[in-house]
Amino acid sequence: MSAIKSRPIYPGLKLDERARRHLVAAEGEGALAVIGTFKGEPAALAATTLIYTPGGSAGQGHEDALAGLGVGTLHVAPTQETAMVRLNSFLANAVMGTRLYAAGVEGFLGKVIASGLEHGVDHQSIYTEHRGSLARRVQCVHCKGVTEDVTATPFVCSHCGLNLFVRDHYSRRLAAFQGVVVDCEEPGALPAKEELYL
Amino acid sequence: MTIQFKTETFRDDFTFSNSPEAIRRFPFPFDKDHYMYAVNIEQHMPGPIKSATEFPIDIDEHYVAEMADRSLVLKQDPLRCQSLPHMITAEWDLLELLMESMSKHYPEHFTLTKDGDRWHWINRPLGIDQQFTFGDTATLPYPPMEYVTRQCQGDFNLIDQRNDNLWMDAGIITSQADWSLDFDLGMNFMEWHAPVPIAHDIGVFDRALKFLLNLQQGRPVRRLNWTMTINPRLDTSPENYHKWGVDRTTVTPENVGDKVHLRVELQALWRLPRSNAIVFSIRCYLIKMEELVTIPKWARRFHRVLRDLPDQIADYKGTTRYRQTVVDWLAKHDDGAPTSPGFYPD
Repeated sequence: MSAIKSRPIYPGLKLDERARRHLVAAEGEGALAVIGTFKGEPAALAATTLIYTPGGSAGQGHEDALAGLGVGTLHVAPTQETAMVRLNSFLANAVMGTRLYAAGVEGFLGKVIASGLEHGVDHQSIYTEHRGSLARRVQCVHCKGVTEDVTATPFVCSHCGLNLFVRDHYSRRLAAFQGVVVDCEEPGALPAKEELYL
Repeated sequence: MTIQFKTETFRDDFTFSNSPEAIRRFPFPFDKDHYMYAVNIEQHMPGPIKSATEFPIDIDEHYVAEMADRSLVLKQDPLRCQSLPHMITAEWDLLELLMESMSKHYPEHFTLTKDGDRWHWINRPLGIDQQFTFGDTATLPYPPMEYVTRQCQGDFNLIDQRNDNLWMDAGIITSQADWSLDFDLGMNFMEWHAPVPIAHDIGVFDRALKFLLNLQQGRPVRRLNWTMTINPRLDTSPENYHKWGVDRTTVTPENVGDKVHLRVELQALWRLPRSNAIVFSIRCYLIKMEELVTIPKWARRFHRVLRDLPDQIADYKGTTRYRQTVVDWLAKHDDGAPTSPGFYPD
């Protein structure tokens, strides 16, 4: 169990040999988890749709390695947002027996899980593996804006500019941690910045 | 019994106060001189006459003003009221529960008449007269949960039950003690309680969940929870914390009596008949320190509870900055005499 009880657990990818289709979303270093799981599984690879975005977490050059796997369908998307557009269209048309997988930074896993929820996929049925940085996706509880790739607390909300403390509380629906203003009781009195999520 | 509804505010000039009768019926949450988290759940049976638990749904002198405050909150932030699509049956269940209870126990203020699915609801304090078809959302000006809870004191959650867990899938939350419905919507029981310290480790939530999964129709339960609030502000939401948080710095020895409030939540849970969902109501009661100490037993006891509260709990309740000032003020109202067992005044 995670120390943060609202935070999902990402047990790691494994191949679901009973699935008829494999729908795989990978970001950055998540490519390595996909390769580790699917390499040498030609039958599964033939029934796999893989969406990959190199992402911001030092994911370099994995496109070629993924292409070399022999995956049935490979889509390389330039950003997480465009990867999600692809994924959503596949989820909308997914058939019974499709297994959803996600690998990459936590913010990306969260988006895949939230998207799965919207398409009626139970979150506990999604195979997930956290790879890459510990950066957090944080929703400002005040203005509701989401700041991506937060590596330190406190940080400045990229939308409303308040100084936010990252609370250890996670919303699966929003795919985000909660950011709460840290200095409203004493404006400007900020605790030391801690780089906790590199 | 006709209630004299007060004209008062919970923001800006903060004119809220309790009448002597409202003080007497305040649901004081401590039956001992110390406090620790516990699964303090009991059957929601009728309490003493005129007490906050005399009826399942308590309507009091603050009703009209509280409904006006809720309306203001929703105007500024509609995300305080949300419901996932599968909760619509539970919404109708809730409407029935509240309308039936309010009209049965406060017939001078509320009337419900039914002709099959054609219902007629009259709310005199708020000047509402509504005919509608039960089950047909198009016949009400708001979705059923929002419609009825804009007319009932207390925050409400509708909780779905599946996979041996409870899921917070709908709610209207405008007077919360610092938690966000928008953030917690869709979470299960363990998840939405994640930020609470200590209680997980001593197994409180495991036991509470097991108990609630077996909640039976017609056998509602209740518990009390508490925190403290500076100024009689109902909307102490995290959404607006950047606006009200500064209040915590304004407590001085001179203004404790008027500014510092004990905030008690009377939480009740009902199993609903059609949806099998659970209603979780969180009814907030506020009392100023100068009102509280008019009951000598409560003055002594609250002084001791607050003084001896474990730091971790005091921090979580947001009292750290002003706790000592309040304890010092309360000490003047504690002569050290023993207190009698139980919650009620002597």
